[in-house]
Amino acid sequence: MAGTLAEKVWDAHVVRRAEGEPDLLYIDLHLLHEVTSPQAFDGLRLAGRPVRRPDLTLATEDHNVPTTPGPITDPVSKVQVETLRRNCEEFGVRLYPMGDADQGIVHVVGPQLGLTQPGMTVVCGDSHTSTHGAFGALAFGIGTSEVEHVLATQTLPLKPFRTLAVNVRGALPDGVTAKDVVLAVIAKIGTGGGQGYVIEYRGEAIEALSMEARMTVCNMSIEAGARAGMIAPDQTTFDYLQGRPHAPTGADWDAAVADWTALRSDDDAVFDAEVDLDATELTPFVTWGTNPGQGLPLSDSVPDPESFADESDRVAAANALAYMGLEAGTPLRDIKVDTVFVGSCTNGRIEDLRAAAAVVKGHQVADGVRMLVVPGSAKVRLQAEAEGLDAVFTEAGAEWRLPGCSMCLGMNPDTLSPGERSASTSNRNFEGRQGKGGRTHLVSPLVAAATAIRGTLSSPSDLDTPAGELASATAAASATTATTGEA
Amino acid sequence: MDAFTTHTGVGVPLRRSNVDTDQIIPAEYLKRVTRTGFEDGLFAAWRKDESFVLNSPVYAGGSVLVAGPDFGTGSSREHAVWALMNWGFRVVISSRFADIFRGNSGKQGLLTAIVSQDDVELIWKYLENNPGAEITVDLVSRTVHAGEIVAPFEIDDYTRWRLLEGLDDIGLTLRHEDEVTKFEASRPAHKPVTTLA
Repeated sequence: MAGTLAEKVWDAHVVRRAEGEPDLLYIDLHLLHEVTSPQAFDGLRLAGRPVRRPDLTLATEDHNVPTTPGPITDPVSKVQVETLRRNCEEFGVRLYPMGDADQGIVHVVGPQLGLTQPGMTVVCGDSHTSTHGAFGALAFGIGTSEVEHVLATQTLPLKPFRTLAVNVRGALPDGVTAKDVVLAVIAKIGTGGGQGYVIEYRGEAIEALSMEARMTVCNMSIEAGARAGMIAPDQTTFDYLQGRPHAPTGADWDAAVADWTALRSDDDAVFDAEVDLDATELTPFVTWGTNPGQGLPLSDSVPDPESFADESDRVAAANALAYMGLEAGTPLRDIKVDTVFVGSCTNGRIEDLRAAAAVVKGHQVADGVRMLVVPGSAKVRLQAEAEGLDAVFTEAGAEWRLPGCSMCLGMNPDTLSPGERSASTSNRNFEGRQGKGGRTHLVSPLVAAATAIRGTLSSPSDLDTPAGELASATAAASATTATTGEA
Repeated sequence: MDAFTTHTGVGVPLRRSNVDTDQIIPAEYLKRVTRTGFEDGLFAAWRKDESFVLNSPVYAGGSVLVAGPDFGTGSSREHAVWALMNWGFRVVISSRFADIFRGNSGKQGLLTAIVSQDDVELIWKYLENNPGAEITVDLVSRTVHAGEIVAPFEIDDYTRWRLLEGLDDIGLTLRHEDEVTKFEASRPAHKPVTTLA
């Protein structure tokens, strides 16, 4: 029978299927971080259970870590990180701690090590686990009880997801990136539009994306309510993986590629739902409200809540405008920001930093604006420094930081002050997400960089950038990273 | 996990859609390594507003939260469920829940009852006209009773069964450990491990 990519991966991992029960699904890779794991390890200890497969489990410290040199000063953060270290030691789980060459945001580390591979099931107590779907893996976030379940059994009881095809047809115009695509998808289907679904992103525009860009798209699937996002593996995927530390080698590589090549939705596969998007019509996209579905093209204006047909949308828009301190009708380009954040599991990879640097190069960050650049991992940071990107940022007046989740959610000292407004390459513009009372506009790295220079929401086309440099920024935003690149 | 059959308690109307888990419990409260004490962070930002529903003494002992659509979106933090339960909630009613939140709730014994938005509106009106009124949520018959209102709710059969029996998921899975072991033997050799040779 014809099947979709998601169904094929699912079916290959069913340990047990019985009438009236959820399927018991095998998990190939379990990633851990300090925030959602302590209570799970505690549960194991109480029940006297071991970790079934420490060799399929990997931990990193990311949410609480400071991005300036020195130890964690917040005592509660410190306890959480120390608890992870103790748990990993006790249960035999490999951990990449702060300062380690392989430390970083969990969703940057897995792919960069070559641990995330096509056709795998990947879970983590973190909703942005959907990132790993860029490789054609079925990857989704779980809660702490499920973390404990996977630690104890390497399986999860789950009801099959429905499938949603998002077809992005045509080629993306210059200066329009993966972030703009996914923000436009979320605005189109809403924050609940993907609920119960695994999204498969398809179409010419998706196939043309690099692995980094595909990760950006899949990363934000959860913001449309979907558990997972997937993209069929192809030569771009194989080229990215080959030579990475955990990628198969020799005969195993050939066997793996043969398996991976079959991982695509059959031509006559039927999705439970389909959505079409015309890539050629897309432009840089930004959010104006307090959920990721409240977004518009940058060329638009803050919407009038009364313009929404649905009552709950009207109320939500009015609440959002009040929280964001915005007035209906204000052109989005006139919105002034205080902080620009480039980083996170959405846009903290080498390619994102290259794109932002290419825009910033030769300019100065606007007066009164602080720009934070936080690499997604220690390896990304090293790679960026090897390319001289750190100097580009610091010469422009931006701050070059150590890797971590940072201001995406402000569990470390990087937060917005009440009323402060950011343009952020992260994934959530929820009330208070980046700090109590903070106001967040989600943007791509290109828009973030241009905004830092002008001080108001902007795209690179608003800058007096020599055409050559702008072209190289766009190229950096869509280029495929060299296959041997560590980052 | 305690078994859940029926619950009667004060209903709390929360007229908000898209109540994301950052609103239920902001990140700054996630640093504890226990499952208790999270009630101090529940709706922390909104509780600063005196008019917020949970600040009314009438709702102080509330245990059934009645919310707008798309409840529990965003982060996977199970702390959101712990915060609601630590506060005293046993049931959340909404027309639509985010998947991860609903899954987390089922593991902890917090009942997520899917009620049509029309019925949610009726229950909101009833609670606002009768502040502090109690609601009964009956998992056996899958109905919510609020005054004269009898609203059916949806919940998947398996979660309902587990809640009714108060069963631990891990224990259930470990009954099939031999099948897991058998499956492991069939995994392709090229699948990666996290330990480097």
